[in-house]
Amino acid sequence: MNDTATGQSWTPDQPMVSITNVHKSFGDLEVLKGVSMDIMKGECICIIGPSGSGKSTLIRCVNGLNDIQQGSILVEGQEVNDPELDKLELRKKVGMVFQQYNLFPHKTALENIMMAPVHVLKQDADDVEVRARQLIKKVRLDGKESSYPGELSGGQQQRVAIARSLAMTPDVMLFDEVTAALDPETVKEVLVTIQDLAEEGMTCILVTHEMGFAREVANHIYFTDRGVIVEHGAPDTFFDDAQDPRTREFLSQIL
Amino acid sequence: MGAENENSGIRLMRNPTEMRTSKTDLPVLLPIAQQSQRDAMLVRQEGTYRLNLNGHHLLWMVGIFVTVCGTAEAATSGALIGPLEAIFKWMSFILWGPEGALKGFALNLIISFFAMMIGTVAGAALGLMQISLLAPVRGGSWLVTQFFRNSPWLVLLFTIMFLFPFEIDLGFIVIPVPDWIKAVIGFSLPVMANISEVVRGAVKSLPSGQWESAESLAFNRRQTLWMIILPQCVKRMIPPWINWYCILAMATPLCSIMGVEESVSFTAQALNAEGDRPELIPVFYSFLMIIFFVYTYPIARWSIQLEKKFAVRT
Repeated sequence: MNDTATGQSWTPDQPMVSITNVHKSFGDLEVLKGVSMDIMKGECICIIGPSGSGKSTLIRCVNGLNDIQQGSILVEGQEVNDPELDKLELRKKVGMVFQQYNLFPHKTALENIMMAPVHVLKQDADDVEVRARQLIKKVRLDGKESSYPGELSGGQQQRVAIARSLAMTPDVMLFDEVTAALDPETVKEVLVTIQDLAEEGMTCILVTHEMGFAREVANHIYFTDRGVIVEHGAPDTFFDDAQDPRTREFLSQIL
Repeated sequence: MGAENENSGIRLMRNPTEMRTSKTDLPVLLPIAQQSQRDAMLVRQEGTYRLNLNGHHLLWMVGIFVTVCGTAEAATSGALIGPLEAIFKWMSFILWGPEGALKGFALNLIISFFAMMIGTVAGAALGLMQISLLAPVRGGSWLVTQFFRNSPWLVLLFTIMFLFPFEIDLGFIVIPVPDWIKAVIGFSLPVMANISEVVRGAVKSLPSGQWESAESLAFNRRQTLWMIILPQCVKRMIPPWINWYCILAMATPLCSIMGVEESVSFTAQALNAEGDRPELIPVFYSFLMIIFFVYTYPIARWSIQLEKKFAVRT
């Protein structure tokens, strides 16, 4: 028990994120009613489902932005649902990208990326800058280093947000409907960035409405509705051969 | 259908604020209704009205001044000096007091500077306490803020004036506390409470996503506040802060009641020395009003400009 709490016993052959029977309520409203899933290192999973089904809440619980009432979330063997948890330590391992980008508007793109490694991880500013410039190249934003978020398009801001998260060298990345607020023509550039990441072996948990993308990059798809996982499976079986009527209805509405 | 609704005065509103805007059915009144709604929103955000001085106000004041001068001129009998002559005679006394004293209007400014300084520092601290995670700190600072924000300035001023000793005896040294310093303290209390609200309001007005993204990057609360939240708030706080300074500067004559020798006291003294001629009273006081206007007008305009500039940036 102690070992799991401190995460000492975790080895890469165990699930990197292990969610077991998670219950979460906002007041009287129960949004998660016993959700379980395991994500192995290097896996990319997509959570889909109608709005209000608890998808975003679930991944916000993984990095402790929301607390849970019941169940267990282990990140590399460390229990998130533990009052003693050092949330800062957890968040150094778990990166998160939001629907609304949430860049710091008073800092340039480069500064946005550099801030956390320099001030949280106390890394050397010069080294961080070299890495930050590489990350900007990686998300294909060369030349935008000194632009402020207000001067960038939604898709560019979202890619800066991804780079900002990557600068913390997380083990897991959470993407919370990251393309939902974007113009259709900029959605692709963000998806390509995420796909690159997934192909490099980053462990990714995505909440998304982009079915084509989910099918292409995900190792596993989870379909949630009203706080439970209705169905899950490998992309091809899931999309072509859904078993549950609720899944089929949802897919028929959006595909 | 739509026309029917229009005629019966029933309109479908998307939200309650919209309803407030368009309560009138007369199209000509709509701009005014919208303006008053914008004003009301500012009042809610900053806890005060925004000084909306413009050039017309100066024209009005000069007009009043010229009129009362003319009337006084006509009322002046033979041997006595005319109103303009009297103003020139007493101008430097009202502005600076007797040679080398730095009283009169200069003292109004000195009081306003110091009260603003103390009020800002104390108010910023109080405002930060209002967003503390510790409930007693939050509750206590809220109480202090509300108390001083909702007390009449004059009552606070009187209390401080009579509560404070005229000198502080430290045993080895006796520090005199002149009246104007008591006035500074008296004024800094309501300023402190209002700045506290400005700080709290600015922090609350930032989208919660800023806190969340900072949290998910493992910033602790102190770092989040000082490196991410507050730098963004400063920009939002400057216009209401300047506005509060203008309100304070215009409120400083209140302390003339307690005998602080600032511009209103000295204007009264000057009138007294001229034999309390009733025709001079409006001349002197409208002159003083112009002095206050000339001082606050550029500052108020500047705050409006800053606000416009910031509004475009974000």
